[in-house]
Amino acid sequence: MQQNPSSEPIVSLRDVQKSFGPLRVLDGVSFAVQRGEVLALIGRSGSGKSTALRCIDRFEKVDGGEIVVCGHRVDRPDVDLRALRQDVGIVFQSYNLFPHLTIEQNITLAPCAVKGMATAQARDLARKVLAQVGLEEKLHAYPEQLSGGQQQRAAIARSLAMQPKVMLFDEITSALDPELTSEVLKVIEQLAADGMTMVMVTHEMGFAKGIADRIVFMHRGKVHETGPASILTSPTTPELTQFVGTGNLKS
Amino acid sequence: MGGHLNINHLMFLGQGALWTIGLSVIALIGGGIVGFVIALARISPLKSVRIASAVYVQLIQGTPLLVILFLGYFGFAAIGLKVSPLAAAGASLTLYVAAYLGEIWRGCIESVPKPQWEAAEGLALSRTQRMMKVILPQAIRIATPPTVGFMVQIIKNTSLASVVGFVELMRSGQIVNNSLFEPFAIYAIIAVTYFAMCYPLSLFSQRLEKRVGRGRSNLAPA
Repeated sequence: MQQNPSSEPIVSLRDVQKSFGPLRVLDGVSFAVQRGEVLALIGRSGSGKSTALRCIDRFEKVDGGEIVVCGHRVDRPDVDLRALRQDVGIVFQSYNLFPHLTIEQNITLAPCAVKGMATAQARDLARKVLAQVGLEEKLHAYPEQLSGGQQQRAAIARSLAMQPKVMLFDEITSALDPELTSEVLKVIEQLAADGMTMVMVTHEMGFAKGIADRIVFMHRGKVHETGPASILTSPTTPELTQFVGTGNLKS
Repeated sequence: MGGHLNINHLMFLGQGALWTIGLSVIALIGGGIVGFVIALARISPLKSVRIASAVYVQLIQGTPLLVILFLGYFGFAAIGLKVSPLAAAGASLTLYVAAYLGEIWRGCIESVPKPQWEAAEGLALSRTQRMMKVILPQAIRIATPPTVGFMVQIIKNTSLASVVGFVELMRSGQIVNNSLFEPFAIYAIIAVTYFAMCYPLSLFSQRLEKRVGRGRSNLAPA
């Protein structure tokens, strides 16, 4: 199930269809993410970018098309969800740390419960991933004692502790002010430098331009334009021109 | 007949009060266990389980407790089982309490924000692990004040068990009154005794509610 020749993409979507009632959210979406690649999904609100991301981790079931993630056929009803989610890490806009657990317990929960890791080993791991996001001193704090940026970094650490093969970021800085945003983005930059495969839905165009290997611009449920980060400065379609021209392109 | 209220009468009432507490505890434990199952069944992924538990809750909530007590007492007899008033009252109250606690707790479980479920799912936790390690610990905090508040209802409602001959506080008051004929004095004593049992719980529930309110306002924005 897990054998994955390096030539094969880690994530691939082919002609994916998805409707919420009469509303067609994804209308034949196709893209692929190679190992070590950083892909930014951009587009207006309602363009389907978040839905596309959630389909990868099967938080939404697709109506048609094919999704393969780390060898798992995500579009099939019999996909092993727990195996899929051990290979895929996801971080949300609202952090979603568990408020009744300390940061350490938030991080060790899944490695212990899912992978059967010993407590001592999981604690070492918690220290390691917290160091990665610069939060070692918050090991024993509760989420409510942390700022938004710290909570989001802790959420990233929690996801990293499962050692995913690909990480999904769903507008993870949208709830943060610019200063806190930049501390979270620094963590992402470091992950990219370490070679983590990432798919991110983002409104931070300047950041997408700086870090993404490839941009997928979505418009009305379709992949409207795709290419290297340079398409943000020289878009070929009028829709992307308008999108980047409406003040979205910072820095 | 006649005579005056004396220490023996008060001892008898005290014994009745202890049985009221005993029956309340039985109803709370029995109803709590069955109610927990009901709460989980109400949010089961299986539609048939959800419907069956909803029907149960509607049936019990739409039936007076007095009728449930009679049905319990005579129902056992009808199927050939001879049971004590305590067993009949305990079983009836368990069924009654389970329906209400089940609904209260379902609401508490569902009031844990949905993103908490998704975050736990994203970490590959199984449904049972998500429930036990992520959702229930948060739901219990939310559920404590209304549950303590409902215990007041349980204590007062055990007085209905007097109709099937179970000698709790209410029934012992009736018995004492049958020999003394001082209904106002005796029922006043009984009222004060119920109040003394219920009021501390009400206060406790209110205090818990304030504390949970404070805790929740500190939660991360969702």
